[in-house]
Amino acid sequence: MKKDVTAAQDFLKGIWQQNPIFVQVLGMCPTLAVTVSAINGIAMGLATTFVLICASLMISLIRHLIPSQVRIASYIVVIAAFVTIVDLVMQAQFLELSKALGPFIPLIVVNCIVLGRAEAFASKNNPFRSMLDAAGMGVGFLLALFVLGSVREILATRSILGFQVLPEGFTPWLVMILPAGAFITLGLLMALVNWNAMRRKKATEVEALKHYRESMASTA
Amino acid sequence: MANELLETQTMTRLELTTSPHLHNNWSTSRAMWLVSAALLPCTAAALIIFGWEQIGILLASIVSAAATEAVIQKLRRLPVTLDDGSAVLTGWLLALTLPPGFSLVSTAIGAIVAVGIGKHVFGGLGYNIFNPALVGRAFLQAAFPVAMTTWKSPNFVDTITSATPLGGLKFDATASALGPMFLGNTGGSLGETSALALLIGGVFLIAVGIVNWRIPVAMGSGVLIFGTAVWLMDTQVYPSPVYHLLGGGFLLGALFMATDWVSSPVTGRGMWIFGLGIALVVVVIRVFGGLPEGMMYAILIMNAFVPMIDRYTRPKVFGAAA
Repeated sequence: MKKDVTAAQDFLKGIWQQNPIFVQVLGMCPTLAVTVSAINGIAMGLATTFVLICASLMISLIRHLIPSQVRIASYIVVIAAFVTIVDLVMQAQFLELSKALGPFIPLIVVNCIVLGRAEAFASKNNPFRSMLDAAGMGVGFLLALFVLGSVREILATRSILGFQVLPEGFTPWLVMILPAGAFITLGLLMALVNWNAMRRKKATEVEALKHYRESMASTA
Repeated sequence: MANELLETQTMTRLELTTSPHLHNNWSTSRAMWLVSAALLPCTAAALIIFGWEQIGILLASIVSAAATEAVIQKLRRLPVTLDDGSAVLTGWLLALTLPPGFSLVSTAIGAIVAVGIGKHVFGGLGYNIFNPALVGRAFLQAAFPVAMTTWKSPNFVDTITSATPLGGLKFDATASALGPMFLGNTGGSLGETSALALLIGGVFLIAVGIVNWRIPVAMGSGVLIFGTAVWLMDTQVYPSPVYHLLGGGFLLGALFMATDWVSSPVTGRGMWIFGLGIALVVVVIRVFGGLPEGMMYAILIMNAFVPMIDRYTRPKVFGAAA
């Protein structure tokens, strides 16, 4: 691990630069399935974030005790423990949301983001950094699901979180609450993120080239 | 002597280029405008059968498609090539697949999706895997399923709405007469009802060499084969193969959609496989599926197989071992 990575970077990279949905393309199953509305996206994002933070913290704490041969199984047991907590709490406190999200809450156990962070980060870093990393990834996931759910909810029902934002004259797009709508919206959002990244990369290249030419000119 | 040699060398410059070496004088724009001309008969039929006000759908679709093309090409910093007619043609074809009296705003959304997602997301003209007009229609079908299946009745029938021949057969078990289906005096999408007008345009396209006859012929014979096979199972329940040929969007699809240069196979054998595949899928959807009509999905599904078909029907290199 490089020493020059600051704690802030560990947190921030998950939100944009390495966003689990738009850049790493992990956890597609809940992303496509539950984002029919913004509230579902928020609930799923919060549940996953909670599991991510707790599991990463726990795994980082016991990372020296886990034999590497059985590490994946050990991670899954830790993750499953926290998912069970989330599942039971949601059933007790938010029954409607729990019903809306259906099997996708228990399925957080096999969410690639959680296991991916455990394997790629928490098993190699200290508990504090692991928590920051997990929180960043969780927020990135939450934001992606919120945006996706909002776009789909607005176009399919004209309103978001109960507030009507589009006029009555707008014909709702039924396709947006169907699975096809999830794929179309996610694809277009991903294209937008990539387009932005490409433009930035090009801008830095042009900048570097300009800098190089200037330095060459000044030495000559 | 040496001078002479030098002179001939400079006069006949040796040019090295990669294949293809044979060119004909077909340009994209000429082909696109000829296809547009071939659409005139069925467009005229649509306006006569469903009323002149339907021209609004055509204009909305064509203008939105052209505008989307121009805006996206500007954004991608490409030359704006509206004059090649491909965007206009996409918009026109999309309009012909829509039900009469369809909302103009929804039409515009469909055209934007057709050109934006159907064509430019894949890289623009020549790169689209799927027929752009049908991508737009598939989106509209999923987004506005009720409006897309509300059929205004033709001007020469005394009702306000009427079922399409295939819809009537599927949901009410009432078959339409073949005569009106041939002329176009039935419910249905704007450009699909008149078999006569579609055949005039299609034969023209085959005659001038834009459409390869193999795809429509393969599709027609495929529908006759599969349709007959199903019909013989129970002649009372299932439509006759001729009903399959004249009903729904079969002819519009066979002559104008499946024959799209970009999204159809390039080899002769491949065209036969492609056409027969569409025929099989469309008969299966119409007879066993939940929807009355499956032409759009049949073409889109077989579009997806085109790269594979082209790969497996690649001609043997001359002299290569079998």
